[in-house]
Amino acid sequence: MLGILASLLDGLLVGAVYGLAAMGITFIWGVMDVVNLTHGAMIVAGMFGVYLLVSAMGIPAYAALLPVLLAGFFAGVALYWIAIHRMIGRPPLMSLLATFAVNLVLIGLGTATWGTVLFNVSVSLPGFSLGRYTFPGTHIMAAVLTAVIAGVLYLFLYRTRAGKAVRAVAANREAAELVGIPTTRILALSCGLGVALAGVSGALISTLFPFTVLSGDAYQLKSFVVTVLGGMGNPTGALVAGIALGLFEGLATPFMPVSWTLVIEFVLFVLVLIAFPGGLISIGRRRPAVR
Amino acid sequence: MLRRPFFWIIAVTIALFAAAPHGSDVELRESLILAAVYITLASNLNLMLGYAGYVNFGSIVFFGLGGYFCVYFMGSLGWGLASSLVVSGVAVSAAALVFGLGILRLRGVHFALATIGVNEAVMAFVTNFEPWGGSTGIYLSPELFQPLGGPASALWVIYYLLVAIMGASLYLSYFIKRSKFGLGLLSIGQNEDAAAVLGVPAPRYKALAYSASALLPAVAGGLYFFKGAFVQPADAFDLTLSTEAIVITMLGGQGTIVGPALGAYLYEELRGWLLTSETFANFQLVVAGVLLLLIVQFAPEGLMGFLYRRFPRLRRILE
Amino acid sequence: MTALLEVSELSKRFGGLHAVEALSFSVGEGEILGLIGPNGAGKSTVFNLINGVFAPSAGRVAFRGEDITGAAPYRVARLGLARTHQIVQPFAGMSVLDNCTVGACFGRENLPLAKARQAAREAAALVGLEKRLDAPALELTIAGKKRLELARALAARPALLMLDEVLAGLNPTEVAQMVETLRTIRGRGLSILMIEHLMQAIMSLSDRIVVLTSGTKLSEGSPAQVAHDPAVIAAYLGDPEMVRRPP
Repeated sequence: MLGILASLLDGLLVGAVYGLAAMGITFIWGVMDVVNLTHGAMIVAGMFGVYLLVSAMGIPAYAALLPVLLAGFFAGVALYWIAIHRMIGRPPLMSLLATFAVNLVLIGLGTATWGTVLFNVSVSLPGFSLGRYTFPGTHIMAAVLTAVIAGVLYLFLYRTRAGKAVRAVAANREAAELVGIPTTRILALSCGLGVALAGVSGALISTLFPFTVLSGDAYQLKSFVVTVLGGMGNPTGALVAGIALGLFEGLATPFMPVSWTLVIEFVLFVLVLIAFPGGLISIGRRRPAVR
Repeated sequence: MLRRPFFWIIAVTIALFAAAPHGSDVELRESLILAAVYITLASNLNLMLGYAGYVNFGSIVFFGLGGYFCVYFMGSLGWGLASSLVVSGVAVSAAALVFGLGILRLRGVHFALATIGVNEAVMAFVTNFEPWGGSTGIYLSPELFQPLGGPASALWVIYYLLVAIMGASLYLSYFIKRSKFGLGLLSIGQNEDAAAVLGVPAPRYKALAYSASALLPAVAGGLYFFKGAFVQPADAFDLTLSTEAIVITMLGGQGTIVGPALGAYLYEELRGWLLTSETFANFQLVVAGVLLLLIVQFAPEGLMGFLYRRFPRLRRILE
Repeated sequence: MTALLEVSELSKRFGGLHAVEALSFSVGEGEILGLIGPNGAGKSTVFNLINGVFAPSAGRVAFRGEDITGAAPYRVARLGLARTHQIVQPFAGMSVLDNCTVGACFGRENLPLAKARQAAREAAALVGLEKRLDAPALELTIAGKKRLELARALAARPALLMLDEVLAGLNPTEVAQMVETLRTIRGRGLSILMIEHLMQAIMSLSDRIVVLTSGTKLSEGSPAQVAHDPAVIAAYLGDPEMVRRPP
């Protein structure tokens, strides 16, 4: 019994990071109605960023987070200008294909450079022991840092002018333009933030699990599952749903082989999408107005 | 229908395609087999992408499942090629219909997300599914080529069958486009809400299109993997092919019938040229990605779309 | 006269906003019912509630005797209820003929393609688009698109036609043409429920008027009655002489 509890608690910690990753997707979706299919590649980029900084410069892994965050931000702005800017206002199909195209390029370049070899970032951090069970220090640290980052994001959105502008554009882009908000710059900024979130969550994941260039796919799927569970465009929902997914994995992994977890998560994903297009969060609210 | 020139243009193209290797040029046959597979996948993908406006990222799952069914039927159950192909096609198509009725209640983006996962889920399932060889896959014994006259002759039979499937795909696209069903799909692609208000039964039509788009790729998959006498999850559900199908459809012109065929030809030329200078499969996808990005941003209607706008009279002959 | 469309106690709440509250009215066969009211009164919401785009929070909608409350839009269309939109929604990439053919194919009569094309041609001719059948819809002017929207709905040969501000954005000549077309349509047995802001047009066209403000019915009756209703004048109309002047 205690074993399950420990597994759940650990799942909670890891789930927080899933939530952070999902926030990257839901943020971009909420602000500009674009589904970022480079999300997985950006997570992997964050992983490799940490790996390279640690192995090349010998700095501790957690110190690499800040450069990865910044690099992610600039990558996101670049992504906006390369693939998304012209797609704003066009059918969502087009932006989907555009980000998908960039993803192909990134993954292609990645596998060409690093193949499909397994990489690892070694972090030694004392864990927290409770009787027979140890909670890895890395897991605790990752959850703590997630909370910090989420907190900073919240402060940005609700306590700064730029954050308010972002919320305005998310609510109604045309109206925001009419009141003088430089929407294009805000969109680029939001894209930067979304990708930065993806990158930094990848950085954190690299301290938890080994990875390859192709790991992005699985984490991208998890991010989508979480985003859908929490409601597209709802960052708080994403965080909560991420933790829920982590709890689910904590509960399920002792009992079934890892490859099945993905299948179940996907089935869950489709079922939730069909039954609750607004995410699980919408159950409490009224029935959606538009079919 | 028979009076329209395009019907005969398709027929002539198929005939030329089949006759090209003169029943003896093996190298040409192999590259034409690949072209036929591309055209089949792209044309059927077009039903969802070009007509109804729904991207199916994991369309390879039909191809792979068709391959698995066929190889399983022939290898483990001892069925003949014809019955294996037919049942595989029907089975995958039926599964797609049932599944489609569920996931096609989702709108554009949500649907696309779901298809990304379908392929992964099916692959994960098959990898764990022992009766189908799990992660090792299924091997076919060469004896199975005997009913077709031995391995060499069997490869030619497979070739002609694949050309027939390719032809069927082109005709399917054509008939659907000129039918009431096709008109409904196209209106969904233009404006799904307005279409619904006019009485188009969108969820049902989308599911039917999804199911229709599964049939011929499944049969093609059966033929393709029978030819290789081997099927394994990593090959059967490799997203590369469906990704290339998307690029091909967009390149040639989504929503048109000539588009996927033309796009397949151009893409194969490009690929061939690339392979002589780079041998990395990964760069194949990088080029595909750059190409797709450029098309989506600057020429979303593809080559045929551009030509139809420039030369409207072309529309009277081609589709 | 049997009621073709019966709306009873219809309500729609969006969170705290009562967009429509306990609304009841009916449209008879062969009747033109006008729905007027200030902006934001909930008129388009009523349309959305009737044809299934929104599910009502409360109340009932019956069409030709059948309960269609909350039914999916395509089912409602199949029963013979067609609707145009305030902001036109053409199938931009398709031709005028194809646009109308969609209407004809999937409406009440569920026609096969060839017959539907014919019905589409007739509908297009009714609104004056017969010379532009092959033009892509996106090349039409606003007036053209409005006429296309109407033709598309007509092609379905509906029993009831719901028009949402079909005259908005038209110049006086175009308005006069459209009013004539609507009279012709009614002459063929179609019933019409129309939302309109052009007072002269709707007052002269309608057999009866329902006035909506803030989601509730303010007044109902013949155009003359409604125009003289003090509550309506106070809320909205301003000039009781409006109904006597020709359009």
